[in-house]
Amino acid sequence: MGLPVDESALLAGLRERDEQAFETIVRTYGPRLLAVARRLVRDEGEAQDVVQTAYLSAFRAVEQFEGAAQISSWLHRIVVNTALMKLRTRRRKPEESIEPLLPSFLTDGHHVEQFSDWSAPADVLLERKETRAIVRDHIDQLPESYRDVLILRDIEELSTQEVADALGLTPTAVKVRLHRGRQALSTLLRHSFLRNVTS
Amino acid sequence: MTCREFSDFIGDYLTGDLPATVRAGFEHHLDLCPNCRRYLRSYEETVKLGRHAFDDQDALLPPEVPEELVTAILAARLR
Repeated sequence: MGLPVDESALLAGLRERDEQAFETIVRTYGPRLLAVARRLVRDEGEAQDVVQTAYLSAFRAVEQFEGAAQISSWLHRIVVNTALMKLRTRRRKPEESIEPLLPSFLTDGHHVEQFSDWSAPADVLLERKETRAIVRDHIDQLPESYRDVLILRDIEELSTQEVADALGLTPTAVKVRLHRGRQALSTLLRHSFLRNVTS
Repeated sequence: MTCREFSDFIGDYLTGDLPATVRAGFEHHLDLCPNCRRYLRSYEETVKLGRHAFDDQDALLPPEVPEELVTAILAARLR
């Protein structure tokens, strides 16, 4: 994240209320934090609001920051939590069902669909310039409550418990949403990366 | 174990959270069912692609935050 910085010196500066330290922390970590906020709230203005609110919370809480974690991880966590609060205050549109994107089964429990292997493994697909944009586009197509959990767990790498706390869900509900979100994403990606047309 | 049950257990299987008896049943089904093997592979590839979906954007982050945002944050701190 950004240029190498002397985090202990930066932290000492923040605790001493050194103006230069505040500016350094904003300029050093801001681009990455803004990217995280954009991913979650998907609106430039709201993402900037999230980053501003998160920095102000961090500045107020600097005395409680023990320094055991990296400043970058600490700020990341605050931005994620701030973005989630923003998401909660939004009036969500009625969400589309995820069911059509989940695998379907016959009465005897077998899959309806016969699956095929993809045209190439993920590692190879990731070497192609367009792959990540395709994946992001499909992530955006997921129903919001599944998309949020998938981003928080698989991309922002929060733990199940952290996501559960942040979203007011049980850990089991987080696991279920993550699994269904991945299944739905897999269905969408299959059409982009399939080797053969399946029945 | 049916394909439906297998499908439900994939997440916990990949994180090592399945109880031993369920895991044995899962792996037995995996041996027997080529369709579920392909499904599991596509699920794993999906997770991998998802995890790396934003790498290029993160690598190309603009070196600076918008100047007006820096100013707004620093000004708000003093209020």
